[in-house]
Amino acid sequence: MIHTGQSLVIIAVMAVGTMVLRFLPFVLFSRNTPKWVLYLGKVLPYSIIAMLVVYCLKDIHPGKAYYGIPELIAVLFVVLLHKWKHNTLLSILGGTVCYMVLVQAVFV
Amino acid sequence: MNKITVKHAFITSLPVMAGYIVLGMGFGLLLNAKGYSFWWAILMSVTIYGGSMQYVGVNLLAEGASVLSTALMTLMVNARHLFYGISMIENYRDMGWRKGYAIFGLTDETYSLVCGNPKLPEGVDRRNFNFLLTLMNQSYWILGGFLGALLGNVFPFSTKGVDFSMTALFVIIFVEQWEKSRQHLPAVLGLVVSLICRLLFGADRFLIPAMIGISCGLFLFQKKLDGEEQKS
Repeated sequence: MIHTGQSLVIIAVMAVGTMVLRFLPFVLFSRNTPKWVLYLGKVLPYSIIAMLVVYCLKDIHPGKAYYGIPELIAVLFVVLLHKWKHNTLLSILGGTVCYMVLVQAVFV
Repeated sequence: MNKITVKHAFITSLPVMAGYIVLGMGFGLLLNAKGYSFWWAILMSVTIYGGSMQYVGVNLLAEGASVLSTALMTLMVNARHLFYGISMIENYRDMGWRKGYAIFGLTDETYSLVCGNPKLPEGVDRRNFNFLLTLMNQSYWILGGFLGALLGNVFPFSTKGVDFSMTALFVIIFVEQWEKSRQHLPAVLGLVVSLICRLLFGADRFLIPAMIGISCGLFLFQKKLDGEEQKS
């Protein structure tokens, strides 16, 4: 373990860096919001959620076993379960259990 | 704060509760393995409050990273938060005293829950809802980190794959957004550009190019998308 002081500095830098990124758009654009920011604000959520899905699955290697097959099965399962019941908690629970079974018992 | 708002915020936060506690515990566990007590886990979860950042942070601490490389790493890992702010400027505009904290705590999951609930039920105050949702989510995260660092792995079974709960949450919100909107171009654009960038730039470097690509794409189709928006 490194010195307490050095640990605190590293944590502080991470905290401040994260805060800067979160606050910057509001600081820059809250007053007299430019039209292009309003436009992006309206359409971005759809693109970002898609980006986050890819971000969650980023560690799949196209050339390495199991080629993301368990992930794709589980994602498909979540989509179908959600289309069927429209119950967020059920879909999350079902999808997670499905994925855990796949990576622990099927694709080992 | 009225009861309906508190109740609705709590129900909305439930999907994140399990995920944050388990992922938070994973973080606490890793941090503890590097010799840091639960106080450090609490400190990090209170001040940084970012899932992937804190996981990376464990390694930065372990190797005693320099200020510069820590700062650069933070900017790389969390650059996507710039996007969240841009799309919450309108939603968070009149939040008053709650605004600072709501912005501070705008994580991937809180952001997606706010996005996933554009229409709130009758009697729910949006400003208090956003604030409480952020606060509840952070409490789960802090609790998870604390428990992980204090107790270690308490589950009698393997938790491998449990982090899929967050993926599932984003997939569900994707499905709901898809069903609710008539214009699917932004969603498809986000998916395609992110996938291409992931393949081109690799798992650790694709987010920033993807953000640039998505913005360019959205501006390219601005006339079409803005027109549709006004018609609906």
